[in-house]
Amino acid sequence: MTVYLLCFLLFLVGFYGVLTKRDLVKIILSLTIMGYAVNLFLILFAYRDQALFPILKEGVNMEAMVDPLPQALVLTSIVIELGTTALLVTIALKLFQKYKTFDITKIRRLSG
Amino acid sequence: MPTETWLIFILIFMILGSITALELKDILSSIISIGIVGLGVSVAFLFMQAPDLAIVQFLFEIFAMIILLRAFLKKDYHQESTSRLNWLLSGVTIIVLIAIFLFSISVFNALPPFGQPLLTTAEHYIAHGAAETGAANLVASVILDYRAYDTLGEITVLFTAILGSLTILRIQSQRKKEGSESS
Amino acid sequence: MNEQQGMTLIVKTITRIILWMIFLYGIYIILHGHLTPGGGFGGGVIIALGFLSIMLAYGRSGVDEWLNIKFLHDLETSSVLLFLIVGILGIALGGAFLANFINHGSLFHLLSAGTIPVLNILIGIKVALSLFLVVIVLAHMHIGEGGQS
Repeated sequence: MTVYLLCFLLFLVGFYGVLTKRDLVKIILSLTIMGYAVNLFLILFAYRDQALFPILKEGVNMEAMVDPLPQALVLTSIVIELGTTALLVTIALKLFQKYKTFDITKIRRLSG
Repeated sequence: MPTETWLIFILIFMILGSITALELKDILSSIISIGIVGLGVSVAFLFMQAPDLAIVQFLFEIFAMIILLRAFLKKDYHQESTSRLNWLLSGVTIIVLIAIFLFSISVFNALPPFGQPLLTTAEHYIAHGAAETGAANLVASVILDYRAYDTLGEITVLFTAILGSLTILRIQSQRKKEGSESS
Repeated sequence: MNEQQGMTLIVKTITRIILWMIFLYGIYIILHGHLTPGGGFGGGVIIALGFLSIMLAYGRSGVDEWLNIKFLHDLETSSVLLFLIVGILGIALGGAFLANFINHGSLFHLLSAGTIPVLNILIGIKVALSLFLVVIVLAHMHIGEGGQS
């Protein structure tokens, strides 16, 4: 319960950054933080007490294992996040090249 | 110490790191703080018995830090001027977010408690996964056999992201290519 | 301009020695993806970091000398195509899209688990090359910006 709430607090910190920061770099960093919080929450939700990782070993009989399904989902999500971060960085650099600033209010003003 | 205590410690550390990353003026310090947060996620995955994810998250962190530093470090960084309106705006945002947080407590009370998940679909994967797919790593069997559609979608998203960034820069790449061919 | 030539001779030599070990480790992680932690995603990112170390140590001109970027792009795109072909072979031989149609073999052996190692290798190639191409694209963007300003 406390862990869930702290994880949600981490998400809200990222959300605060997206809403209030005017700097494109800070916005990209906030999106990364939100991604971390969501990934962590999925895994927290699947954790089982006294359970081991879901990989079989030869000659060892595993009693309880954690849920492998959220781990698979998060594994794809992490790599997608890396691709989208790279795309965002490219777009931000393109904007910087055109407007010579990372401040989003100035970018809006220049485009009219 | 039980796992939950360690996780609370790591999560508080990560929250402090992300607040630091958002509030610092220097861009190098911000990116390094984000790196600390990501490594905290990696350690938390290790505590929650997910070694696959810990490896991938660790490498992700290194890669993202290299990309961000290479992209943003040498730009002359304009500091945003803090006006009175800005302070008011962030104050209102913080109050709204705190309200959302307080309302969400009842939502998280309705979830099953930490350490006792529902495990409905996963029972089948754990019990029959190794026999049906022949892979000892059950995460790999879920990714590439039971839910290979997800992986196909993931590949498509990655492919599209790369094509998007290549398209944005197409003109410069062409100019570069012409320059290298003529030389 | 100094950045384009890469780093010092010490860094270049050590990169040349250590690069093959990084690639070998990545290939090991990919091939053992169905037995141990890791798999196509983790190994792919390791190989991408190996490519990245070439770029950091030798600069952009070194990358153009060492690697054929166009070929890497073709390889990356064709890995997606091969993934789809494996899926369609699943329809023909196993009855469903992406079905596991190869013989499963015995548990805990390297050659087991049917199509899982094949798909792991394809995903490893895809992830490694696409992440590396993003970095190459960012490096090219740097040049264009310098030309404009």
